[in-house]
Amino acid sequence: MSRLTKAAAAVAATAAISLLAGACTGQSTSSANDDASKDVTITFWHGWSAPNELKAINDDIALFEKAHPNIHVKVQGNITDDKINQALRAGGDKAPDVVSSFTTDNVGQFCSSGAFADLAPFLSRDKIDPATTFPKPMQEYTQFQGKRCALPLLGDAYGLYYNKKEFAAAGITAPPKTLSEFKADAVKLTKSSGDSYAQLGFMPDFHGYESTPMHVAAQWGVKYFDADGKSQVAKDPGFAAMFTWQQQMVQALGGFAKLEKYRSTFGDEFGAKNPLQTGQVAMGIDGEWRLGMAKDAGMNDLGVAPFPVPDDQASTYGKGYLSGTIVGVANTSTKKNAAWELVKFMATDTDAVVSFANAIHNVPSTLAALKSPKLDPDPGFRTFIDIAQNPDSTTTPASINGGAYQVTLQDFGYAYESGKAKDLQAGLKGVDSQVDKDIAQAK
Amino acid sequence: MSASVHPLLRAKRRKEALRNLAFLSPWIIGFCVFFAYPLISTVYFSFMHYTGFNNPTWTGGKNWSYVFTEYPLFWPALRNTLWLVVVMVTLRVVFGLGVGMLITKIKTGAGLFRTAFYLPYLAPPVAATMAFVFLLNPGTGPVNHILGGIGVPTPGWFTDPHWSKPALTILAVWGVGDLMVIFMAALLDVPKEQYEAAELDGAGAWSRFRYVTLPNISPIVMFAVVTGVIQTMQYYTQPLVAGKVASGIIGNSGQQFEPGYPDKSTLTLPQLVYNLGFQRFDYGSACVIALVLFALSMAFTALLMRRRSGFLSAED
Repeated sequence: MSRLTKAAAAVAATAAISLLAGACTGQSTSSANDDASKDVTITFWHGWSAPNELKAINDDIALFEKAHPNIHVKVQGNITDDKINQALRAGGDKAPDVVSSFTTDNVGQFCSSGAFADLAPFLSRDKIDPATTFPKPMQEYTQFQGKRCALPLLGDAYGLYYNKKEFAAAGITAPPKTLSEFKADAVKLTKSSGDSYAQLGFMPDFHGYESTPMHVAAQWGVKYFDADGKSQVAKDPGFAAMFTWQQQMVQALGGFAKLEKYRSTFGDEFGAKNPLQTGQVAMGIDGEWRLGMAKDAGMNDLGVAPFPVPDDQASTYGKGYLSGTIVGVANTSTKKNAAWELVKFMATDTDAVVSFANAIHNVPSTLAALKSPKLDPDPGFRTFIDIAQNPDSTTTPASINGGAYQVTLQDFGYAYESGKAKDLQAGLKGVDSQVDKDIAQAK
Repeated sequence: MSASVHPLLRAKRRKEALRNLAFLSPWIIGFCVFFAYPLISTVYFSFMHYTGFNNPTWTGGKNWSYVFTEYPLFWPALRNTLWLVVVMVTLRVVFGLGVGMLITKIKTGAGLFRTAFYLPYLAPPVAATMAFVFLLNPGTGPVNHILGGIGVPTPGWFTDPHWSKPALTILAVWGVGDLMVIFMAALLDVPKEQYEAAELDGAGAWSRFRYVTLPNISPIVMFAVVTGVIQTMQYYTQPLVAGKVASGIIGNSGQQFEPGYPDKSTLTLPQLVYNLGFQRFDYGSACVIALVLFALSMAFTALLMRRRSGFLSAED
């Protein structure tokens, strides 16, 4: 090797190693040293995109800026989680200071990775006790292993939507309360047409938009992890009962292939052609946001009720699956104190929470707001408020790798409903094993 | 020996070498920044636990063992990627060549046909994929409506794991305009005298293609195959969009995204790189898959280059 070649190799190696080292040093700072009383501009990223949602969030921000004239908020809407993840890693002047996400399941990742700042010092400084401020399930899904890195910013509760006109036509006088009543009603409401349907009572397939294994399993009050943090879907009898019930529904309503073909005729879940709104299905599980969307689409025949519960748990009727939007402070932010002021206002100010909830038809996320007389008195909306406050309502727990455990369970659900996986118990044990391996890999 | 070189000559050689290095430096910098550094980093991070937020910590072969023995999506994604490399690349080259030959033969309206065949290539991948998912919708799509109308069985296309990759292949073949243009240029370059001589020798259409056309355009075929393999190894947008649209989960709804719908059949290795690295914060495993992709691309290219002599014309 000539001296020149050696020199070139040395330069290249040095450059590569220097760049490599540089790539590993973009770490965030966890301290909050900024003065929130000084004039400052912070950036807030959120995922809302519909015009009414944007108006609501902008009104909320305007109220905050009025209360904090020195803090100006630059708002960026329609942000996906992928963009959030990227920005939180990159940091810099253009990265957000305050971030909200619809994907509740990602809180475990946000907290454990340090992407979101620990809010405990801020809460303690401002004497806010999460236990007396937020409903219990919402407290749970905004922290991970004791580290609170997010607060709930409105919540979602899931219930049963049913077509009142079709109920009356079928002679059904009240929404079903148990799953056996539900199955009977779903069969009664199903109208075949050739090799398809003119109307389906209920779409039980796990791809049927919100009829996911996690949303339905909440009716059994399932627990995903044991005290040691190990997956226990094979041990908790609720999961096997849920999958068995779902398979019975699939068989009772025409079989998987026929249902899947019918599902492919459905319009976009969040568009005007949602099958509940077009009348393609007579009953569905969905979140409280469907109320406003259905009204906007001109569908006024939808009734709401809590989703039915297993027959042997009839006394727990009224519960449902809960999740919600979360908000936190980016760990890369150099304006954490100012950012915290915005988070605190949006997540804990009762009037702000109530007016935002009323505007976008979401469930308020503080105990005070849930009891506020200013809350929308619409009976349908109140049904979801009640589900959110029901002590038996549950959520999916935060995990170090976000919702990976749910994807694994979901994948098994798809295999089981299609007949690809036949042994339920072996499949659930496989889910446990895979979830534990994935969590071990993430640690 | 070097002691005998005159100092002035040595200085001249050094000057020349420095000048050459200066001319080469833009390429060297580009190579280091855009190839060597990312490659070294990828190898480095494949042995690290790194979330993008923490300081990387050494984990030895844990990421490698996780990807190869515990991660359930790796092998289906590898199988899908190889399937697409073999079937999609082959069909794209065959159709690109076929359409190119057809267009060069057309006497009237060739410009119109050229445009018609080339335009699909210009369609944005997301829009084109969404359009295909709607066209091939098993319940409401016009394709199945027509097939059903003439008594042909109607596939589930993007909702059926057995048909989703063929549907992606149809989409890729539809956008074959890029290869068509390249093949057209190569075909027009084949000396006419060779066809005339072959005809005089009594060669039929197949013989003329086999012994005249193919040897002349073989470097272009090689180019199309190698670039096709590399592009297919990076196949990301179309299967992702098709899976999302067909599964019904396309919005920013907060639901967990299921990669590879239906039944992992549209899952490709680049999707795993993104999913692991940017959504599950597992850079190490993502780097392992990126290195597998790199190794596969190198292996395919090396294999094709070794076979190159069989394809090339005598002049080459």
